[in-house]
Amino acid sequence: MKLMQTALAAALVASTALPAFAGRDDDTLTWATDREIAVVDPYFSVTRELVIMGQMGWDGLVLYNQETQDFDPLLATSWEWDGNTSVTFNLREDVVFHDGSTFDANDVVYTINFLVDEENGVPAASIYNWMESATLVDEFTVRIDLNAPTPTAFHYLSNEIMIMPEGHYDDAPTGADGARDYTTVEPNGTGPYQVVESVPGEYILWQANADYFEEGPKGTPQIGNIRFRTITESNTQLAELMTGGIDWIWDVPQEQATRLDATGRVTVVNERTLRISYMAFDVDGDSGTDVFTNPLVRQAVAHAINREAIATELVGPASVVTHSACHPDQFGCTQDVTQYEYDPDRARALLVEAGYPDGFEFDFYGYRQREFSEAVIGDLAAVGIQANLRWMQYRALLSEVQEGNTPINHMTWGSGSIPDVAAITSHFFSGGPDDPAGDPRTAAALARGDTSVDPAVREEAYAEALGIISGELYWLPMFTYAKYYAFSNDLDFTPTSDELPRFYEASWR
Amino acid sequence: MLGFLLKRLISAILVAITVSSITFSMTFLSGDPAIALAGENATPDDLQAIREFYGYDKPIPVQYLNWLINAVQGDFGHSHYLNQPVAHEIFDRLPTTMTLGLCALTFALLLAVPLGVVAAIRPNSIVDRIALGIAVIGQAMPSFWFALTMMLWFAINWGILPVSGTATWKHFIMPAVALGYYITPGVMRLTRAGMLEVLQSDYIRTARAKGASKFSVLFKHALRNAIVPVVSLAAVQFGFMLGGSIVIETIFAINGLGFLAWESIQRADLPMMQAIVLVLSLFYILLTFISDVLNAWLDPRIRIG
Repeated sequence: MKLMQTALAAALVASTALPAFAGRDDDTLTWATDREIAVVDPYFSVTRELVIMGQMGWDGLVLYNQETQDFDPLLATSWEWDGNTSVTFNLREDVVFHDGSTFDANDVVYTINFLVDEENGVPAASIYNWMESATLVDEFTVRIDLNAPTPTAFHYLSNEIMIMPEGHYDDAPTGADGARDYTTVEPNGTGPYQVVESVPGEYILWQANADYFEEGPKGTPQIGNIRFRTITESNTQLAELMTGGIDWIWDVPQEQATRLDATGRVTVVNERTLRISYMAFDVDGDSGTDVFTNPLVRQAVAHAINREAIATELVGPASVVTHSACHPDQFGCTQDVTQYEYDPDRARALLVEAGYPDGFEFDFYGYRQREFSEAVIGDLAAVGIQANLRWMQYRALLSEVQEGNTPINHMTWGSGSIPDVAAITSHFFSGGPDDPAGDPRTAAALARGDTSVDPAVREEAYAEALGIISGELYWLPMFTYAKYYAFSNDLDFTPTSDELPRFYEASWR
Repeated sequence: MLGFLLKRLISAILVAITVSSITFSMTFLSGDPAIALAGENATPDDLQAIREFYGYDKPIPVQYLNWLINAVQGDFGHSHYLNQPVAHEIFDRLPTTMTLGLCALTFALLLAVPLGVVAAIRPNSIVDRIALGIAVIGQAMPSFWFALTMMLWFAINWGILPVSGTATWKHFIMPAVALGYYITPGVMRLTRAGMLEVLQSDYIRTARAKGASKFSVLFKHALRNAIVPVVSLAAVQFGFMLGGSIVIETIFAINGLGFLAWESIQRADLPMMQAIVLVLSLFYILLTFISDVLNAWLDPRIRIG
């Protein structure tokens, strides 16, 4: 009995001695994901975490505004297009880097010309290979020339192209293989936070930049420190959040999010993302199953599936049905297209009309969130269509899709968080390897939209392409994905659909 | 004894080579590593360039020989994901895993040996049954579930231990218990069996007849002999725990070798996976070798056999 009392007393003493690791008390917002970050550089660490941290530690020329769906000036003060392939930026004159050096146009010229120089081997070429070069106009004016008209150019300039000081990578060491190792260069940006400590596999600590310029679209950092932690196991993330060890997590499974919300100990928010779910039909019969070459069958499938129920019941309250081959939040994604409402009776009638009164059987391919695919299969079974689920890894399935071996593939696309139709519809319906139909009409319309910087021209062109895709039913767009965020009740934070949490805008309640 | 040592040493080296070749080959069974490295938008040309750059276009035996020659010189290659030398990352994280393994082993021995002794003193009694029950639970309960249950009670409900990380010694308590509990049954049963056997022997009867105290008979005479196989088992189990720490390190966000292994598997970081498996195997082989030598030294019949 004495032993037990002693143990209990020791435990109580220990409990009071536990250090505080996060929260308002020590002005440190700790967020966790399952990914280890070894390189703190937005160009040489191709992860979403570094896109998020890139916005904390660095600035781009512009910043996308979720509310106005337009671009605010950030390091630039204004810009002017010269045709479709050249844009000149006037720059801020009151910006300093974390090491105290001042920012000017030479830094922009250096950064962009470093990126486009193939010798430097910067990964993720798609974020910069649309640029040809940057040229100094004067100390605070720079011109960027594009290789071709690029409608998503400003999205890349906002999310991905972070400005480094001139000569930033010049002192990078050369490895044993003779290649320069740019990953070891100390981070140095102009952003609202700066790195003060980094332990690979454990954490990266950022501190508010006291010299951050005022009246910019990112505002003034409100929280003193932001710590990123790597916690792989989702249950451990939840436990840390419940005990105040961390303040913010995302990608919480719906079931856990619901329970977490019920405790009232943390704030749980379901926010839509730019990822959508879609089903692509084998409209050419390449897979050996020719039923989907018949438009009536495709319409029957579309009317048989209760997309609304899947979105709200399985995905989350922020999920919505999309009727176009894009995300409703993306520029140019009109929903004014042919829509296929849930109507099982109409589906059965269409099957009879198509010559399949007793239904048919086919292989249904999927890779992500099995329960969503199974719900679709259940709806199809209700009208007499027997879908045999073939579940595969993404890479393996992609090969099958591109080789035309799938009667129906149930896939998703995240658009790289770019809120523009060019990042999805143009990818799938311009005649490339992922195009299920190869319709020259959609390719021509999309090319018109992709080579213009005039919003009106682009909207008209994309609407035409989306109308064809929906009318022919090459795709059945399903629903938008939604993501659960959970964070401390002390934290004032607003999630956004581009999945780029703006910690620099967060504050304590 | 020298002949025995040589035989065991050659056997250990052969096992190490076999393990390394199997490990090397098996990592290619999961598919083309270039596809895993290339990312979502890679073209066939990109894939070919990656294969050539990393040497994946060469026959697997040639790749293995190149890798083995470099590994013997301490060069395990470069991590694709962390962009660091593999050896640097492994030796950076090994101390954390060793600390966790030692803590877990200490916990296991402190729990299992006294339980085994108590069970042997009163075989088939209620005490023995309870000890057996603890052993069965330890073997039947998945370590991840035990870890999460502890987390629920000690961290969330009672708030007396931190959830994850390695910042203080308190952070090691739950992971060490979760990891150590799994090997407790084996150690306990061996202690019990050894004690039961030794307690029946003539010299114990003689010690009792001479009027030695109960404590002296149990711990000075009996346990010292019964513990010999336990020591060698513990050495082998320590190797097992280094490898088995993958789950525990992942759950408790401990930045050790196990966590590194888990990350490497997820990111298809082949050089890292191959090196970790080899290092852990070498530890296991070394500890088994030490255990064999220890047994042979203590019991001459083994080396003669």
